Amino acid sequence: MSILIGKETKVITQGITGATGLFHAQGAREYGTQMVGGVTPGKGGTVIDGFPVWDTVAEAVHATGVTASVIYVPPPFAADSIMEAVDAGVELVCCITEGIPVLDMVKVKQYLVGKKTRLVGPNCPGVITPGECKIGIMPGYIHKPGKIGVVSRSGTLTYEAVWQLTCIGLGQSTCVGIGGDPVNGTSHIDCLRLFEEDPDTEAVIMIGEIGGSAEEEAARFVKENMTKPVAAYIAGVTAPPGKRMGHAGAIISGGKGTATEKVAVLKECGISVAATPAEMAQALLKVYKP
Amino acid sequence: MNVHEYQAKAILRKFGVPVPDGHVCYNGASAREWAKRLGEGPWVVKAQIHAGGRGKGGGVKLARSSSEVQMITRDMLGMTLRTHQTGPEGKVVHRVLVENGCNIANELYVSLLVDRGTSRVTVMASTEGGMDIEEVAANTPEKIVTEAVDPLVGLTPFQCRKIAFSLGLKGKLTNKAVKVLTNLYATFIACDCSLLEINPLVVTAEGELIALDAKFGFDDNALFRHLQIGDMRDFDEEDPNEIEASQHDLSYISLNGNIGCLVNGAGLAMATMDIIKHYGGDPANFLDVGGGATIERVTEAFKIILSDKNVKGILVNIFGGIMKCDVIATGVIEAARQVGIQVPLVVRLEGTNVELGKKLLAESGLNIVAADGMADGAQKIVAAVAAAA
Repeated sequence: MSILIGKETKVITQGITGATGLFHAQGAREYGTQMVGGVTPGKGGTVIDGFPVWDTVAEAVHATGVTASVIYVPPPFAADSIMEAVDAGVELVCCITEGIPVLDMVKVKQYLVGKKTRLVGPNCPGVITPGECKIGIMPGYIHKPGKIGVVSRSGTLTYEAVWQLTCIGLGQSTCVGIGGDPVNGTSHIDCLRLFEEDPDTEAVIMIGEIGGSAEEEAARFVKENMTKPVAAYIAGVTAPPGKRMGHAGAIISGGKGTATEKVAVLKECGISVAATPAEMAQALLKVYKP
Repeated sequence: MNVHEYQAKAILRKFGVPVPDGHVCYNGASAREWAKRLGEGPWVVKAQIHAGGRGKGGGVKLARSSSEVQMITRDMLGMTLRTHQTGPEGKVVHRVLVENGCNIANELYVSLLVDRGTSRVTVMASTEGGMDIEEVAANTPEKIVTEAVDPLVGLTPFQCRKIAFSLGLKGKLTNKAVKVLTNLYATFIACDCSLLEINPLVVTAEGELIALDAKFGFDDNALFRHLQIGDMRDFDEEDPNEIEASQHDLSYISLNGNIGCLVNGAGLAMATMDIIKHYGGDPANFLDVGGGATIERVTEAFKIILSDKNVKGILVNIFGGIMKCDVIATGVIEAARQVGIQVPLVVRLEGTNVELGKKLLAESGLNIVAADGMADGAQKIVAAVAAAA
């Protein structure tokens, strides 16, 4: 078992005829994911490298019964693509696209209310259940099936954590990149709750960064609701205030959202916090015995 | 992206938010002429830089005659203004705003921003106008009211009235406040703002509401649909290296340390700065080369890092996922040859084709120190920089 996705998950790619969309659809297929086709408006009825293409998400859902989609559509059109997938009843939508205007995401967030869709992202690497299903841009081979859940706002830092785990023989149940934008679909807390409920996840690594207060809220959730051990790392101790550190959401504004503040709350809530990004797996081993 | 106060006020004027009559000036003589056209005085001369706290630094002055406007303008232009937001190096004043003064009866605070907690645009208002809102939030949070906006409905008149009443406004001022707030929200949405702050919003002795100062933050991700706002960008206000980097799709922020960093991924780039600091070093920059780094981009990244004269060593930290390590290694070697790196260079590679990448670096004949893991890389560069000092 795992969370969000498994070997039964069928996936379509929105924006499949673009170079990025096709490249990663091929990569996911090689990994063993059931990539059943894609959507590009105006190219319906064609086939690209074995992937059937539909004009609309609704048609793709009707034809294949997919429950998940991954979006590589350029930023000006990505919010619309998310809403199209929601409207078509897709259960899990992973939006990889970076650079979506935040007010577009404010609308999307409202549009999601009362719908059955879970959105992961945007501006994220995607979701992987090692050995079963890979949706997104992460390198598959660094992962190993196992019992550790990973949730993170950053792509490459997720790879770093996963690699540290794999190197000491600890596999992962599911790894979720929730994305670096200020308004996103799935939060740290959403993932922590799913990991807590998942019988095959035994412990969790949570990776956060400066900006907002999502990590603090997640820490309180851990303290009050989780029985499984949690380790964490927060990036940005050295980040200056008022500067956007690559991710749109990674900014210390008005003295709020500093790494020091977050680390303090995490520790108070009983989370094992890694002092450096090189010690994420070790931090987990302090609270978890495999 | 930020804009100057005079540009902010021009935008507000367009959306029906009352602001004082004023004009941007680049020399004393024109300031004098504009003052005469604007009214009978007194006037306020305001230095236009992208930083708050100008008043305390001598960047906002009252003038009682048009010749005084001229004198103040002449003195202000070219001066280096230091405020708590500019840092110790300060910012040079290249333009001033001359505007009509007004009779302030009361100062209020209003701002709009995207609240991450609710994922909605939120209006914040306070009776404590003219104060630093962070201080108000810390000391007297009960003096701040907030109102979250449903994006499908917009800011409603009843919400505006709630805010107006909580600010203690009465009679006709309530209706005026509803109009101002409605127009501020329209501005925020139409311009894809991330922040719109009016501090202070003043009630004049004549019973008018006027935005006396205005600060905009625009969502960089939305600038593609706002060419006119993009044109307001003042490159003099930005770090030249950051401008250069943005032209090569590199995400770069300069810092005060002496160890340059070249990393793929924003999270890993921040974490790399942190681990350098952890081992006693001081990062000179944040630099994310992105997932699709080419030889050209890696070369540009090295050039930008090295143009910072404080840099005494460079740490390259790459987790090659989709990006193969041999490609990165080739890029580093090529860049090192082209740019001629004279400072210690430590490279940590991990991921796809890592062995091939390390072999290429080892055989390059360049003075590159290979590192195993982030901790090893950080320790090696900190030691190398300390040894060279």
